[in-house]
Amino acid sequence: MPDGRTLEVKVWRGRESGRFQAFTVPRRASQTVLDVVSWIQRHLDTTLSYRFACRVGMCGSCAMTVNGKPRWTCRTHVDKVAEGDTLTVAPLANLPVVKDLATDMAPFFDKWAKAQGRFVPEDDRPREFHIVPPETSERRAVDAGIECIGCGVCYAACDIVRWNRDYLGPAALNRAWTLVNDVRDAGNPTRLAAVAGDAGCHACHSQENCREHCPKQINATASIAGLKRAAAIAALKGQL
Amino acid sequence: MSVRSETRLWLAQRASAAVLALCVIVHLATMVYAVRGGLSAAEILSRTRGSSAWLAFYLLFVAAVVIHAPIGLRAVLREMTTWRGRSLDFAVVLFGILLAALGLRAALAVFA
Repeated sequence: MPDGRTLEVKVWRGRESGRFQAFTVPRRASQTVLDVVSWIQRHLDTTLSYRFACRVGMCGSCAMTVNGKPRWTCRTHVDKVAEGDTLTVAPLANLPVVKDLATDMAPFFDKWAKAQGRFVPEDDRPREFHIVPPETSERRAVDAGIECIGCGVCYAACDIVRWNRDYLGPAALNRAWTLVNDVRDAGNPTRLAAVAGDAGCHACHSQENCREHCPKQINATASIAGLKRAAAIAALKGQL
Repeated sequence: MSVRSETRLWLAQRASAAVLALCVIVHLATMVYAVRGGLSAAEILSRTRGSSAWLAFYLLFVAAVVIHAPIGLRAVLREMTTWRGRSLDFAVVLFGILLAALGLRAALAVFA
């Protein structure tokens, strides 16, 4: 319910070039940033473009820059991030802007493909099932990174992505690391060759902005460090 | 440059960093010790001249610098500028040769 208070919201309008437009939105209890954006679109300006689907932190489509930091807007309460009674909402950084708050995620997912982030099955000969005990280090490494939903928050938070547009980024490298540790996968060491080098894991400075901002608390920096180790060992063995 | 070469450069930089960490500590600790002890430059040189142990130490130090610094410079330039390709690789190799010349000159001066 509205409690009489209002929120001053600055919302990015336009594409790469544009401006912030100010809106006044009623404050409500347990209001999320996505609630605020939706309220603006439904009551003040129907031309406002943004993206969301599940509203409960499962789909990864509503990430935006809220007061300078990349966040899921659906799981970000206004009370937690509003500075006084003001809020600034912009599209995710490091991605082309389609319009207003909607970014083009294609470069982000293209890099997942470049990092060979898809499972590669073994040949189709009949064989026994792989037994993967939960306590093995490989399985634990997969567990640590597998919950990524591809929202792009880490990619927007990463300084290396900003400096080096070829850099694969934390999410794609984290995905590759889960597959490197998947004993059923037959895509290595081709995958290691795809993720190593100046535009891959070796470009990471371990600043941990990805870990700091990840809404799932995934430590992509640790995954990237794992890739660096695996690539170094493969290079020493002449397998890269 | 191939992915294998880039990975080996990274490995060489990490390994040389480990050597440098040790060398820098020994170098600084010796300097502080020598200066606090009130030794003059001539007295220090009289101890290092002819000492193959100090020569070996400083040759290792120079080798680590020559490996570490050009790889790091290459990475910094790739991040801060749009410079890429063979001309960049060639330029940092030249920088490495310069470091080697300066370093060897200093190491030999301490020895002989």
